[in-house]
Amino acid sequence: MLDHKGTVPVNVQDTNASPGATPILELSGISKRFPGVLALDDVGLKLYPGSVTALVGENGAGKSTIVKILTGIYQPDGGTIRIDGSAKRFATPHTATLSGVTAIHQETVLFDELSIAENIFLGHAPRNRLGLIDWSAMHTRAADMLANVGADVDPTAKLRDLGIANKHLVAVARALSVEARIVIMDEPTAALSHKEINELYALIESLRQTGKAILFISHKFDEIFKIADRFAVFRDGREIADGLIDDITPDDLVQMMVGRSVDQIFPARQHHQGTEVLRVAGYCHPTEFQDIGFSLHEGEILGFYGLVGSGRSEFMQALFGITKPSKGAVRIDGQIAVVRSPAEAINRGIVYVPEDRGKQGAVIGLPIFQNISLPSLSKTSRAGFIRLAEEFALARDYTARLDLRAASLDQDVGELSGGNQQKVVIAKWLATRPRVIILDEPTKGIDIGSKAAVHEFMAELASQGLAVIMVSSEIPEILGLSDRVIVMREGLMVEQFERDELTPEKLVRAAADIGEAA
Amino acid sequence: MNMQRLMKSRELLLALALVLLVGGIAVRFPAFASPSSLGNVFNDTSILIILALGQMVVIITKCIDLSVASNLALTGMIVAIINASAPGIPVAFLIVIAISAGALMGAINGFFVWKLEIPPIVVTLGTLTIFRGIVFLLTDGAWINAHEMSASFKALPRADFVGLPVLSWIAIAIIGVMAVLMTRTAFGRATYAVGGNPHASVYTGINVGFTRFAAFIISGSLAGLCGYLWVARYAVAYVDIAGGFELDVVAACVIGGISIAGGIGSVAGAVMGALFLGVIKNALPVINISPFWQLAISGAAIIIAVALNARAERTKGRVILKKAEVV
Amino acid sequence: MDGSARILPDRLNSGFSSLIKSWETLLLAVAIAVFIVNTFTSPYFLDPWNLSDATFNFTEKAMIAFAMALLIISGEIDLSVAAIIAIASTAMGYAVQLGAETPTLVLVGVGVGLACGAFNGLLVTRLGLPSIVVTIGTMSLFRGLAFIILGDKAYTGYPADFAFFGQGYVWWVLSFELVLFVIVALIFAIILHRTSFGRTIYAIGNNPTAALFSGVRVQRVKFVLFLLTGLMSGIAAICLTSRLGSTRPSIAMGWELEIVTMVVLGGISILGGSGRIPGVVIAALILGMVTFGFGLLNVPGIVMSIFIGLLLIGVIALPRVLSQLVKAKAQ
Repeated sequence: MLDHKGTVPVNVQDTNASPGATPILELSGISKRFPGVLALDDVGLKLYPGSVTALVGENGAGKSTIVKILTGIYQPDGGTIRIDGSAKRFATPHTATLSGVTAIHQETVLFDELSIAENIFLGHAPRNRLGLIDWSAMHTRAADMLANVGADVDPTAKLRDLGIANKHLVAVARALSVEARIVIMDEPTAALSHKEINELYALIESLRQTGKAILFISHKFDEIFKIADRFAVFRDGREIADGLIDDITPDDLVQMMVGRSVDQIFPARQHHQGTEVLRVAGYCHPTEFQDIGFSLHEGEILGFYGLVGSGRSEFMQALFGITKPSKGAVRIDGQIAVVRSPAEAINRGIVYVPEDRGKQGAVIGLPIFQNISLPSLSKTSRAGFIRLAEEFALARDYTARLDLRAASLDQDVGELSGGNQQKVVIAKWLATRPRVIILDEPTKGIDIGSKAAVHEFMAELASQGLAVIMVSSEIPEILGLSDRVIVMREGLMVEQFERDELTPEKLVRAAADIGEAA
Repeated sequence: MNMQRLMKSRELLLALALVLLVGGIAVRFPAFASPSSLGNVFNDTSILIILALGQMVVIITKCIDLSVASNLALTGMIVAIINASAPGIPVAFLIVIAISAGALMGAINGFFVWKLEIPPIVVTLGTLTIFRGIVFLLTDGAWINAHEMSASFKALPRADFVGLPVLSWIAIAIIGVMAVLMTRTAFGRATYAVGGNPHASVYTGINVGFTRFAAFIISGSLAGLCGYLWVARYAVAYVDIAGGFELDVVAACVIGGISIAGGIGSVAGAVMGALFLGVIKNALPVINISPFWQLAISGAAIIIAVALNARAERTKGRVILKKAEVV
Repeated sequence: MDGSARILPDRLNSGFSSLIKSWETLLLAVAIAVFIVNTFTSPYFLDPWNLSDATFNFTEKAMIAFAMALLIISGEIDLSVAAIIAIASTAMGYAVQLGAETPTLVLVGVGVGLACGAFNGLLVTRLGLPSIVVTIGTMSLFRGLAFIILGDKAYTGYPADFAFFGQGYVWWVLSFELVLFVIVALIFAIILHRTSFGRTIYAIGNNPTAALFSGVRVQRVKFVLFLLTGLMSGIAAICLTSRLGSTRPSIAMGWELEIVTMVVLGGISILGGSGRIPGVVIAALILGMVTFGFGLLNVPGIVMSIFIGLLLIGVIALPRVLSQLVKAKAQ
């Protein structure tokens, strides 16, 4: 194992090597502490004009914290921000914008009820001579901006009527609508199709040529090596390395990110396919997905792969009874099952570990034991009266099986780390003794240690005869665990792969709609 | 474009309902639809319109102000007392005092919401009782009657200006100012952002707490102005004036399509929502229905309006399928 | 899994230490202070019959407040409760005109309460409308119906035995209403704190989405809570009508805000998810004693409401001000 900054194979911190450049933006000694964690520990970062710097790191490495500090959302506890050599303080998001920093955040940072034009210009709308907002100028300029980023949409339409890819392009247009010299892009291609991604690359290239400094955050190595010319690596809130992309290989980058050599270890699995548990046919929804059909067997792990917003989660939530499908049938053990609510799904033995842990998974505000017993209250009560002893016994049993780290069963789940919250959610479901467990991005945003534990546990569940569906955007996870993989794109099932025909390349091509390599 | 039209059609639908309502009454009682009668309805509804416009700003920022009627009663009493004890003070100065006193009360509400993050409904529920209690303390429960007020104090709202009473002109002016404020200024647009997505507003550089604070000040100032208008128009000030009127104001907003969840609503909607209630109130005696029906009718109107608006707002889920994307 | 299972302890804090820091303890201290102040300011306060009389200040409101507490914990609110009293009382008065006897009147009161609760519940859970707006609407609608039926008249002439609910005594100074208040408090405390139904109320209030995703039938629970609130409003209507012996459409005007104040003062978070029944009981006692104490001093009701308004904002603001001061000091 490598330790921090130890045996990194490149010219660490030697930024003078880049030709003829002084950085526009220079961070040094930045620290940020949150209750219980040191999110950033004495980090630095330099961005150069006409240069794309890729910021890479695992989830929890501190990337989003640094973005929030650069955009004035968070104040650093220590360190300096310099622009053109002079120290700045970004007390509010507004001062950051005035200093020429703009960011493309994820889609949540837009306003569904406002028009597309206003989403682009909110806070810096064009004014007329009286100082009032000039709507017609706003619409004209918005149309220009949208054409510029390749979005074919009406600027006067409401944002809520756009698909995720177009929302993303609106976010890009917003960032470019301010006169910015420093553009931060936080996973800008996560939800885009192949064509849209190429248009975005062209846009980034043109920004680069006009001398802007771009900070590009991505998990996709191919695009990092395609468009970035510099890199910076964060790990556990520290700066590990930076330098020129040309000096390194993808393997170097992974090694720097993870701090140990490459391959994630997945539990070895023997595939024992049992009898069919679940069969879905012709499942449709008016706006979210269409014509989904597959079967699932005992002891099987079925992977669902696709880009963010490809309709995977939406389909799973329909299967779990949250939303209503417009057409289609579900059979459980050969019997037609009508699932109109999660309660009915649970009775039928289908349970769902949602992607959004804080909002849909854990009931934050309730203690651990009450979270675990929530779907099983009928088992831990008599005639509607709760038996506390039985409730604690249930919680004790399942938290022990999942090796939950907490102070006591009475602790608020909100105080637990992401990985441990996930364990509580899984424990909650196992206590209902399900037949089918659906895990939606089960390891998103949790640390590597917990990740491995969750993987191991999924394999164990399958070996005990549970049928497992795993929705994931992480290719290694899909490759490492699935017996079979279904790929979704734009609400449709586009490909199915058996385990032995799986390659990362096939997955990416199917998900992003890229034809076979010539 | 067609979603935009649908959005606009919400106001259109309300306008249509209003026209149908007036038209329906006019079929049997043509005098009701005469310009002077409609002018009377507008004049009679002016105070409700002004208060509804203030409430609208607050509701759009995802808050609520239940204290407006108490604020009105207190400022009304303050200016009545000043007028009664010093009739020489010009009315214009009293109006400034009314607006300032109202703004101060709004600022108190806004302060608790902004700086202490107490839910607006709790804050304004508290100030609702406190402000009205203070009215009692000011006079020990005594009334200030018409003969104690100066003639100019009482005359202003009724004074005729180009065919309409000044009260109506004030309402029209405020409608105009609010329309510009909400659609043409950074603050106006910020209120929509704050109510529609408070989290995203922070990223956009909008100060959520301050925007709400300012919204409460606007609501408070307009309530203060109405305090003078109410007392001068009815030529009496006492503890219970406009008692329970806060609910009429909220009702006007709800009927006008202003979403209690924040981020949605327009000046036209608030005005028409208030007019809808005003027409019903004024029409009942004309069509010989006991005024006791008014409360139930406005209750039913609120329920129907909120149900219709909710249908229009209901999300259809995420748009993922290409064919479902409306652009 | 390494096989060595980690067994977590059930609880770390003893019940006692959390009791000391609880909202109920703070309230109880306020209640005792109010009691002592009252004892010293008025010689009539400690008289058992006076105290018994004073309980009528809060018993009817508190019965509704318990149901309202559950509703607010679940993240909803019902502002139509006082209007339900008005319409239920009007319906009972109407039944009296038709010659109904006491048992029928009780059925009418309870039935109208349940029907109004069901109406609110259906609008909120079936149509997915925000409860604050719906119940502002039904508040006007229900009271408006009472006005349509009664106008400026009043119903009187209730049967003699009907008076028991609001004027009768079970034993010595213990009125029927006080006994009913205690029983209702116990029932609601058990429902909220001891049953699985009560647990789902907290889950919904803390996170309705996660509760739904955990198989809780969120809409059904909320509907039942609206029904319960309607039921308690109907029962309060019986007690109040019996006590007053007459029905006017303006009966119980403004009670909804007093009831919400009682609930919030009792430590129920207006944002949902937290609060306990004992807190509401103590808040009811405080409000009742304050009203009674001011009454003995001939302070008018409206001045009392200033105090109650200040109390409402004060008790919620105080912890926040203190925590901000602590934070400011730490920096």
